[in-house]
Parts: sequence; C-alpha cells; structure tokens
Amino acid sequence: MSIVVQDLVKFYGKHKALDSISFTAEKGKILGFLGPNGAGKSTTMKIITGYLPSNSGKILVSGVNIEEDSLKARSLIGYLPENNPLYPDMYIQEFLGFIAEIYKVKNKNNSAQRVMEETGLMGMRNKKIGQLSKGYKQRVGLAQALIGNPEILILDEPTSGLDPNQLNEIRQLILSLGKEKTVLLSTHIMQEVQFLCDQVVILNKGKIVANDSVSSIMKDFSSRIEYLVEFNLEIDLDEIKRLENVLDVKLVGKSGDSFTYSILSSQEEEIREKLFDFAVKKNRILLGLKKTDTDLTEIFQSLTQS
Amino acid sequence: MLAIFKREIFTNLGTLTGLVVSILFLTITGLFLWVFPESSLLEGGYASLQGFFDLAPWTFLFLIPATTMRLFSEEKRNGTLEILLTKPLRDWDLILGKYFSVLVLLLIALIPTLFYYYTLVELGFPRGNIDHGAVWGSYLGLFLLGCSFSSIGLFCSSLSSSQIIGFLSGAALCFLCFTGFDSISKIPLFSYWDSSLINLGIQAHYESISRGVLDTRDLLYFISISTLFLYFTKLILESRKW
Repeated sequence: MSIVVQDLVKFYGKHKALDSISFTAEKGKILGFLGPNGAGKSTTMKIITGYLPSNSGKILVSGVNIEEDSLKARSLIGYLPENNPLYPDMYIQEFLGFIAEIYKVKNKNNSAQRVMEETGLMGMRNKKIGQLSKGYKQRVGLAQALIGNPEILILDEPTSGLDPNQLNEIRQLILSLGKEKTVLLSTHIMQEVQFLCDQVVILNKGKIVANDSVSSIMKDFSSRIEYLVEFNLEIDLDEIKRLENVLDVKLVGKSGDSFTYSILSSQEEEIREKLFDFAVKKNRILLGLKKTDTDLTEIFQSLTQS
Repeated sequence: MLAIFKREIFTNLGTLTGLVVSILFLTITGLFLWVFPESSLLEGGYASLQGFFDLAPWTFLFLIPATTMRLFSEEKRNGTLEILLTKPLRDWDLILGKYFSVLVLLLIALIPTLFYYYTLVELGFPRGNIDHGAVWGSYLGLFLLGCSFSSIGLFCSSLSSSQIIGFLSGAALCFLCFTGFDSISKIPLFSYWDSSLINLGIQAHYESISRGVLDTRDLLYFISISTLFLYFTKLILESRKW
C-alpha cells in the first residue's frame, strides 16, 4: 500500500517537465506535494494515475506497475483531479452510484451512502451537482475519489475554494483517511502542509529540491535566522556582510527616512549586539530590530526562487 | 462499459435528447410520406416504403451527429474525461458504452416507423401486397447506415472540446462517406476507378441491401466502417499518450 516513483522523466515536446524524480509515499502517511505553478506536480499525479505516460522511469502502486497493469493499478487509486471536474447535470447520489458501478462495487447505493456520510453530503444527496456551491462540489470530488475504498488517494489541491469551516472539516477528513491509506496531496497552502503532512516533496522546474519529513525540513532551515533591521539612513551592504556570521543581506523596504534590511545569519552566534555596534560606528540610528522565525513558506520560497 | 452505457442512456432520456431526435425524425419522415403531396404515399398509388428509405439517410446525416456531438466533446470541455480515464475502465469500455447508447437511440427512432409499414400492409390491394423482403432489407440497411454514422459522429466528437465542431465535422464526414465517393466517381479524371470509388461509399451498399438481398460484402462493409471509426476514436483518446 504505497507509491514508489523511480527516476520519472516526462517531456512535453522538447520541454523536460519532470527530470528524473524519485520518491516514496508510505501507507498511513500523508505526503504533501509542493511546488510553484508549472513545477510538475499535476504531471506527476497524472502519470501515477495512468492518465499520462512517462518517457522513462517506474511507478509502483501497492506493488503494481502502472505501465504493466494499468487497470489493476487504477482500481487501487482514488483520484481528485485539479479543478475538480464533475457532471453538473447529475444528482450527487446518481453520480456517486455511477462511479461505484465503474469500480464494480457490489452494493453501489451503500458505497455512495458511506462516502456521502464521510464527506458530509447526506443532506445534499438529491441535489444536482450544478446547483452546488464550490465547497460542496469539492466534497463531491473528494467523495468520488473515496468510492471503492481505494488504498491510495491522490488529491490535486483538495481544499481549493473552501471556506474556513469547510476547510477545517475537509482537512480533518483527509487527516483521518491518512491514518489508514497512502495519501498524496498537492497544495499551495503552506499551513495545510504543516497541519496535514508527514512528509513533504518540493518540486521546482521538474526536479525534487526537498524530500523529507516536515520537521526535518524545518530543522534544516532553522539553522539560518533572519533579522529585519531598520536604519534611518542607507547602509553599505558589503560592510554588513563582512560582520562575522552574517550570511546574506538585502534591502527589503524603503519608506521616507527608513531603510529595512533582511539579514540572514547562521544560528551559532547571536548578531544583534554586533548590529547595534555597527549602527553606532556608522552613525546610523537603529529604528527597529526583529528576529523572525523561518516558516515553511520561506523555505518553499528559498527553494523554488532559483 | 455497462456503467457508461447506462449513464449515457439516462442522460439522453433525462435531457430529452432521445425524445427530440425521435420526434424530429418521425415528423420529417411523416410529413414527406403522408402529408406533402409530391411525395405522399397516398398519392402515389404504390404500396412501397421506398420514399421513406430514400429520405431517412438524409435526416440521419443531421440527427445522428447532433446526438453524438456531445459524447466526447462535453467530457473534454468539462474535464470529466480525466476522471473516467483514471478509473478502472478500458478505453474500449468508454467508447463502446457511448456507441451502444447511440444505437439504442437509433432503435428508439426507428421502431415507431414500423407503423408506416403496418399501414402500408393494411392499405395494400390486396391486403399485404408489399415487397416484405425489400422492406426488412431496407430496415436492416438503414440500421447499419445509422451504426456507421454513429461511429463517424463519435469519432468527430472526440476530435475537439467544441460540440459545434463535433456536429459540423460529423455531418460533413457522414455526407462525404454517404454520397461523396459517388460524386467523386462522376469526375472524368476518376472515371477509370468509378466502380471502385462508388463501392467505397455508404450509399451503394445501402442501396444494395435495400433491394432485400443480403450480401456478406455489404454487411462486411458496414461492420468495417463502424469498426474503423471506433478504432480512430480510440486512437484519438490515446493521443494524450503520444
């Protein structure tokens, strides 16, 4: 009950969309798939679900090779595609029954009822999908992915368009599903990754730039500390860089008589005192000094803005 | 396949497509056969359904592409094709499920026309004085022609996410396959191959079957045309993998 992706390569014409990516998603864990638009997240998901072929590489879905036995592999996967395509003219119950029939579920009505209960759709079951709000449509998309009780769930931005209450409910649902299934989800919301995911794979330009547990990634990046420092006059960036333990400096804000700099330092030594001394020595007034914590958003930005 | 077939049948009946297609078909053929004096059977004096079997393919040229145009283009436009193709379904399940649903609509449109046959049997003098073999042969020919048009329409629907393109290309290709080869054979440049060209068209085989003589070449032709365009549809579905 896992997804194993090995050396996956995908070309769109001459453009290399995926450049030999490898990762493993394990049972009982939620793997967050992150990356800027065009990084290759959806392409990877489409290849894992058998919708697109790869140029090379291997994918095993619960031990089944997607290229060799696509039908068997697809029967093990529940997939919520990007933009959540649905049939607006169908009733919710009718649609879920239709999906259950495709999976050859023995009692399709029971199966539809179970997923409607799980996704909070029971009260809406006799409504047409086209009449639903975006949040409820998202639930229908998630419900169809749960039909047939698949071992593996692949969810492409499952919480997009949900209001905060719905967001919380769907996150709780994904969290509970993640305890017994292998869940691979893509999202742009960093808090979601921190809240839901055990493991994070960050893609950039078709390459994996990080693949670890959320806590390990946070720990690695916490070795660098960012200070936001505000002076009354402009300073020479090279002079600051020469201070011990300063890794990088850049001007991030300028308003009237205030110049704000972002200064990155290594974690070993506190540099605030040195910054204060620097201001005195250079006849600058230190208007503000703030130590900021690194969060996953910054890690994402620093890994993907290259 | 059964799931797709049932969904399409219910969609067609639910959105009244099937009913509208049947009513249009019966209205057009009914008007020409019984009402308009130039073509009315009542004015002709012969107990023959030939007028109906001459007219029906031309109405199918528009009605069948109108039925098939949404089958794949709508799935493409809504993105639901991605849902279906990532489920445990073979491409053939999808294609044949949709194809057979159109054939059911075709039968729904054709069955009420048996009333015309019954009326002519009753009106014949003496009663029942009608070429039954030719009528049943023509019905079979019309059904096989409908099968061919349906596969052409399904193929054209798979070409684009636009239903209009699906309809126009379907109607044009059905027209070309029905009568186009016959017209091309009349061009002096192709006169050497005229009989081969005529035999490539649907019309020649339809007329042959309509005479009431079942020729395996005609049957094979219709089966081949349907299979060929269903196979082309599969190729289009697979083109995402190229």
